[in-house]
Amino acid sequence: MQVTFRVRRFDPDTHPAIPRYQEYTLEMTESNTVLDGLIRIREEMDGTLGLRCSCRSAICGSCAMRINGQAGLACNTLIIHALRRDGGPIIVEPAGNLEVQKDLIVDFAPFWSKVRAVQPWLQPEGPEPETEYIAPAEDMQHLTGVMACIMCGACVSDCTVLNVDDNFLGPAALAKSYRFVRDPRDDADNSRLGALNEYGGVWDCTRCMQCVEVCPKGVDPMGRIMALRDRAMEEGYTNTTGARHANAFADSVEHSGWLDETKLVVKSHGVTNVKEMLKLIPVGIRAQLAGKRPPLVHKSIPGVENVQRIFDKVENKQ
Amino acid sequence: MRFALYPGCVSRGACPELYASTLEICRKLGIELDLITMQGASCTGAGVLQEKNLRLGDTLNARTFAMAERVGLPILTICSTCQGVMSQANQRLQDDEYRESINEDLAEEGLRYNGTSDPKHLLWVIVEEVGIDKLKSLVVRELPDLRIAPFYGCYIVRPTSALKFDEHPEREDALEQVIEAVGAQVVDFPGKTLCCGFPILTINETNSLKMVANHTMDAKGMGADAMVTPCPLCHLNLDGYQPQAAKANSPMAPIDIPILHLPQLIGLAMGIDPKMMRLNRHIVSTKRMLSELALSP
Repeated sequence: MQVTFRVRRFDPDTHPAIPRYQEYTLEMTESNTVLDGLIRIREEMDGTLGLRCSCRSAICGSCAMRINGQAGLACNTLIIHALRRDGGPIIVEPAGNLEVQKDLIVDFAPFWSKVRAVQPWLQPEGPEPETEYIAPAEDMQHLTGVMACIMCGACVSDCTVLNVDDNFLGPAALAKSYRFVRDPRDDADNSRLGALNEYGGVWDCTRCMQCVEVCPKGVDPMGRIMALRDRAMEEGYTNTTGARHANAFADSVEHSGWLDETKLVVKSHGVTNVKEMLKLIPVGIRAQLAGKRPPLVHKSIPGVENVQRIFDKVENKQ
Repeated sequence: MRFALYPGCVSRGACPELYASTLEICRKLGIELDLITMQGASCTGAGVLQEKNLRLGDTLNARTFAMAERVGLPILTICSTCQGVMSQANQRLQDDEYRESINEDLAEEGLRYNGTSDPKHLLWVIVEEVGIDKLKSLVVRELPDLRIAPFYGCYIVRPTSALKFDEHPEREDALEQVIEAVGAQVVDFPGKTLCCGFPILTINETNSLKMVANHTMDAKGMGADAMVTPCPLCHLNLDGYQPQAAKANSPMAPIDIPILHLPQLIGLAMGIDPKMMRLNRHIVSTKRMLSELALSP
């Protein structure tokens, strides 16, 4: 079948250096991948096309890029799955949220510095054991999920927070952090979780699920970030807006069965947080004037005692 | 076509206009709504409760599904976040062993979830069950000059496995289909499936407002007169915080792009009075947009 690729090109050495799109049409078969196409373009049609790739088997993590606007590995994306319903060309662009060096090649330096920032090594305490460190099989099996990460950067490419804020540690580094927080041999949980509570850490995630969707290895970075939030609260890091928000939300559902929006906002900031309380006044007035203020009296749902019993039962189990 | 309406918290709280406009258009679309069954249903947890305790969230949602199963009605949601959280919970609850262990905690109330519920968002019901042709036949006021940017947000598009996009590929562009069906023009823009910023509004307001500004300014820059969303949380941020987002990110000019709830757009095309749909109850005024249709909010 004839397939057209529309590739985003960028050469920093041209003047002016402006990205442009270039189309290539070639004959491909059903079993071909997007990477097969790009390699053929480079080898047979246009030797100037820059891309990274190595294993061609979704192991090395070199060829993450955006295919039709979504990050993924070019080597495990079949052409037939990338063909667009509207019949348009397959759009191939470099990974997002990282600076483009040339064509489909991006600068991974910020990616690695964030992975390093979470101290991705075991930090055991106490005397070294005489033989090897022993870890329960169950714990290690659980960790294989997150250890499946191949550091391809697909999650970083499409992260909606990194899109507006470079300071966010991002899904890959946070998933890596989870790997060590959950490792039974590691004794630095408290300091790790403390650091993750800072600006740029676990509470800055929007839960948009982009990372979950694009990860080629099923690592579920967002799920790990949520688990780190839970872990941080368990470790006593409850004095953050995020932790107060989660606790106030749960309190509201437990108390009335549904969400008391006004109370949630106030409790998330902390009632004694004068600055934030003052900032809420114009928001409240505007909502009031537009008739968008939640009801002043927050009534419980009928049968709320059943919801409360579920809270008791499930929370006591764990 | 009868559904148990699950209104969610926001349509009964800060977005009463969503509730009102839903009832208006469902009447015309022939979607019969049972408003009683879900009155005792709890909040889905919105992904926040799940941060603290996933099993607790799943149990509450299993309870809601069991209530709908008991009366033999499918659930209709009008909030993407409710829809997404329910779909994710339902996916986990298809595991028989897990569901049975959850059922133990529902037994005291006489409830039991058998795994058959399949909650659907109003957007999907319109595209998949009512049908685009029927929707078109109910349009009395075409909106050819109205340029509408679709805004899906996150929970109604990800994760695709829980939302059954494989079975229902039409879900991918359902909003565009509706915009075209009511005779308006689609303004496609890259932010339509990204985060509106609402979940981090209290945690990192700067980032949240940047997201609001990016989306609303992009849509406006591409010529949109308004945005339409199936998610009241996206509405709350994109509408309610648009003035602040403009102040922080676009100091030269206000953004001023109205954010419509899905049923409000459909209702306009069906000839429903804007007041009945509370189009006068938005932070960003809908006046200019409505005046182009010779209407007033």
